[in-house]
This record gives sequence, C-alpha cells and structure tokens, in this order.
Amino acid sequence: MAKFMEWVDARFPATKVWQEHMAEYYAPKNFNFWYYFGSLAILVLVIQIVTGIFLTMHYKPDSQLAFASVEYIMRDVPWGWFIRYMHSTGASMFFVVVYMHMFRGLLYGSFKGPRELVWLIGMVIFVALMAEAFMGYLLPWGNMSYWGAQVIISLFGAIPVIGDGLAEWIRGDFVVSDATLNRFFAFHVILLPLLLVLLVYLHIVALHKVGSNNPDGVDIKKHKDDQGRPLDGIPFHPYYTVKDLFGVMVFLVLYFGIVFFVPEFGGWFLEKDNFAPADILQTPPDIVPLWYFTPFYSILRAVTWEWLPGGAKLWGVMAMGASIAMLFLLPWLDRARVRSIRYRGWMYKTALTIFVIAFVILGYLGTKNPTRIDLFAFPNVYWAQICMILYFLFFLLMPWYTSRDATKPEPDRVTDK
Amino acid sequence: MLWAEFPPGLGATIDFPYSCEERMSDVSQDNSRRRFLTAVTSGVGLAGCAAAVVPFVSSMTPSARARAAGAPVEVDISKLEPGQMMTVEWRGKPVWIINRTDEMLADLESMGEKLADPDSAEPQQPEYAQNKYRSIKPQYLVVVGICTHLGCAPTKKFEMGAASGVTDDWKGGFFCPCHGSMFDLAGRVFRNVPAPTNLVVPPYSYPDESTVLVGVGPEGVA
Repeated sequence: MAKFMEWVDARFPATKVWQEHMAEYYAPKNFNFWYYFGSLAILVLVIQIVTGIFLTMHYKPDSQLAFASVEYIMRDVPWGWFIRYMHSTGASMFFVVVYMHMFRGLLYGSFKGPRELVWLIGMVIFVALMAEAFMGYLLPWGNMSYWGAQVIISLFGAIPVIGDGLAEWIRGDFVVSDATLNRFFAFHVILLPLLLVLLVYLHIVALHKVGSNNPDGVDIKKHKDDQGRPLDGIPFHPYYTVKDLFGVMVFLVLYFGIVFFVPEFGGWFLEKDNFAPADILQTPPDIVPLWYFTPFYSILRAVTWEWLPGGAKLWGVMAMGASIAMLFLLPWLDRARVRSIRYRGWMYKTALTIFVIAFVILGYLGTKNPTRIDLFAFPNVYWAQICMILYFLFFLLMPWYTSRDATKPEPDRVTDK
Repeated sequence: MLWAEFPPGLGATIDFPYSCEERMSDVSQDNSRRRFLTAVTSGVGLAGCAAAVVPFVSSMTPSARARAAGAPVEVDISKLEPGQMMTVEWRGKPVWIINRTDEMLADLESMGEKLADPDSAEPQQPEYAQNKYRSIKPQYLVVVGICTHLGCAPTKKFEMGAASGVTDDWKGGFFCPCHGSMFDLAGRVFRNVPAPTNLVVPPYSYPDESTVLVGVGPEGVA
C-alpha cells in the first residue's frame, strides 16, 4: 500500500490533498450542533444526484408522457416509489439543511471578513439551488407544476421593454409547453447539477484557504504550537468526520422516517394539486410554491401599491430580487467588531430575532390567500407587508445598529464548553 | 487596456522560462507590435465566441412549429345561451366567450369608479373592441382568460352579491384565485388589485352570425 501511494503521489498529489483538507486541516475544537449542516448539505446533494440519475432512467421529458411516466415510476418500476420519494423529500430536506447552514452564518458571523468569498459563493449556491428546485418542480407536469412555472416565468415579463421577449425565450413558446418542459429537464439534470458541484468545490476551497469560523467567532490561527498547528484546532479527520457521521445518522433517521411514513408531509413536500395532470385551462384554486420559496413569494405579492412608478408588479418582482440580493451584501452591511452572537449586544440579538420571526411569518403567509385573514385583525397581505418591511430593515439598518451595539470583548481563545 | 494585460495587475508579465532576448537575441524586439497582435487576436477570438452564442440563444426561442400552432380558431356560438360562458384554446391560451344578458350589460355601466381603467385606455384590445362593452357585438365578450398579473386563470363568478363569495356588492365577473385580482364582465380590472391592466381581448371577427373566428380581426389581419 505504501509503495502504491508512493507511486500515485509521484504522479498525483493524493496524499497531499488528503492531508491539507482532511488529516491536517485544523478546525476549531468548539464546533456545536449548528456545524452539522455543511456536511449534511453535501450528503443531500449526493442523494439528489444519485436518485436523480435513477429517475432519469424511467422519466420522459415530454408534455404528453411526463405525468404518466412519474406515475409509472411510482407504481410499476421496482422500488421506483422509493427512489422518487427519496428525491422529492431530498429536495425539501436540502432547503431545511441549507437554511440552517445559513442561519449558523448569521449566528456566528461566519460571513464576516476574511470569509466574504465563502459567503458569496455560498449565496450563489443558494440561488442555483433555487433554480434547480424550481425547474425540477415542473418535471412531474402536475397542475401545480404547470401553473407555478407559468407564474414564475411571467415575473420576467415585468421587466420593462425586454420582459415579454425574455419570458417567451425562457419558455420557448407563448405559454408554458412541451418546449419549456424539455429545456427545464436539460437544465435540471445537466447544467445546474454541474454548476452546483463546481460551486460546492469552490465553497470548500475558499473555506479551507481562510479556515473555519467557530461559535466564539475568534481566530484560532492567532495561537499556534511550535509546529504551527492552532492550539484550539483539531484535525478534521478523524475528529469531525466522526462527529459528522453521528449527524448523518440522526439526519438519515429523520429523512427516511419522512420517506417511509409521510412522504407528502401533509402537503408541504408534495402538494395535492400536483397529483392532477397539468391543465392549461384550469388554474388550481390556490397557486402556492413549495414551502422553501414561500417567504420570497410572500414578498413578491406584498407589494400592491399601484401608485409606484411602473406599477406594483414590477416593484414586487424587484422587492423579491432585492430580498435575496440583500443577503449577498451581509459582509459589508455588518460593522460589528465581533463575529459571534455570544459577544454581540442586545441590538443585533433583537434584530436577528425579529428577522427570523418575520421570515417565518412570510413563509407561512406565502402559502395562504392574501385577501383572507389567517393571523388576526388584518388580511394576510397587510401582515406580509409589515413582515417585508421588517425583513428589509434588518439589512438596511444593519450598518447603523451593528456599529452602535454594545458588544462584549471577544475572548482570546475559544471557550471550551 | 490591452487584452494582453487582462486581468489587470497580471499585466504582460507572463514569465517564460527563458527570456526572449536570450533565445532570440538576433531578432530585434518590438513589444508594442507583439501586444497589438495579442490584443487583435484576443479580440477576434472573443468576437468568434460571441458569434457562436447566437445559434444557441436562438435555438431557445419559439420554434417554427410553436409559431405555426398560432393558427386562428373557429368557434360555433349558436348554442351559447345568455349568461353562459365557453372556453376555447387559441395559441395555447384559454379564450373565453361569454354571452352576456341584458342585466349584465346594464350592470357594466355602473362599474365606473371601481375600475382602474373603465374606458379601456390601455391598448389591451384591438381598436374595434375599444368601446364600453369591450366587444364587437355588445352581447358577446371574447377575452383571453389569463390574469394580467402573473398569468393565472381567473375563475368565473357569475353569481350576484355575497353568494359569489367575492364581495357583498359583486355584480358578476372574474376572480383570480392566485392573488385576488378581480375583473368585471367586460374583463376590466378593479382598482387596488395586483393585476395592472384589463384582460386582453384577442383579435377576432364574425365570418357569419353564429361563428367567431379567434385570431383574425374584421379586416382580415391577425
């Protein structure tokens, strides 16, 4: 074996890469619960790719055949139901894991310098993931698939001058049709997975260049032993590979619990309107995207102020775009001297709490009819407007409140709990 | 900036293992010529790449078959009773044909202040349908049944008042379930709803008394 590795290493830096990124990559020793989600995201990506490959063996990207081919997978293909439920549950779990992963960044300031590029690449992954999920959702060619795509592609029509032509170019037809289904299939199974894998690679390269942040937000490279190893660092392998394996086991129990017992998850992971084939003449009674898009969808339709120049529709689209663009700007909006929430003052803690509540309410309202009253006193659209304003204030006021916040001094070394 | 200096900072400092002077000491040096040639070559290469994008981008526009599917549709309306509605497909879009009763037509006149564009000033209809009923014959309304907000299909709500489930003073029309846009029985949009404009009236004409030809106007042009 040693001789074999010698032979390989003379031709390919296998041992070197292993050491740099696993056995001698020193990660802070105080990682907690929130640090499971990065490796879990990779696990879900692998699950999605593997199950996706097997689904393409039976699926037909044709508007006449697509719906029936999914039913064929569910009923006639041996274990087809299992592979498809793994894929559909995996899509939702991908967003669960990624939202937790991003929230970890907000908690411990992982987006702050020198990790700006780690954050930016991560945000591009998030956007690519949303595109991947959106296009994958059209493929079963259910009625909600069809009308969801119709609504989201029409958003591009709100762009002045080029909008209508652009929407037509994306659809490849005057309405969502076979041409749209076929190209979404191509993007979903080739373009975006390739892009995602590349971006995840870049995300990790950037992370390993600057080193991992930790719940204390302190720089472990400030104190090193005589061999140049951080005193508060432990090698990723075996310490964190073993820790992450434990996380993987817990995750898989939950994941397969859903796959086997509640794959539709009460309509949150698979909507009942999507068990009817696409009908070009009949919109489902309520068009709602799956849960992971609803916060942004809520923002889209919260803008109803017709007096805005260019009309409310255009501003709704721009607000939705801005709600995601704001996240990209985080490293530059945050002026705090400390990274971790442990040493931040009451202002950031309050702001983050309000932000999370607003985000969850937006997500809830995104599944409801805007004119009805589902919370109390006001119709949903007014609540969505309040939450949208709070969402944006979290970002827009951030330079102000983070620079005035009464932060506590950061410790010199990580606190080991 | 010359392309040879891209990205900036890297400059023209590509390190060759030996300097050109050593290897080509007998050749007179002219760096500006070399840079010019590099820039021109890069420019031509980029133009070639840009040109190569054209077929790929164009391949995603609606195909000849999709365009051909936009043929006119002939509809027999002789069996459409007053107060009834039928839906036909034209260019992959639902087109509604509604036989409006006299009460319905009378109610349209009183809608005025509830509507965003009661006089159909926005060009959402051919000129021959730009009138108070938004139609060629007052009785028959022909509109594309796609909400002008985000392309959902509004549902018909022909019951009056609270029975419609829309509003208490509802006089019949359409309600979009997606985002709550409302339209009257001439496809005119209400104020303060997400949809910005009235429903689109497609080009159409009457080849004879009981036939509607969707897709071709009275003058024969689409």
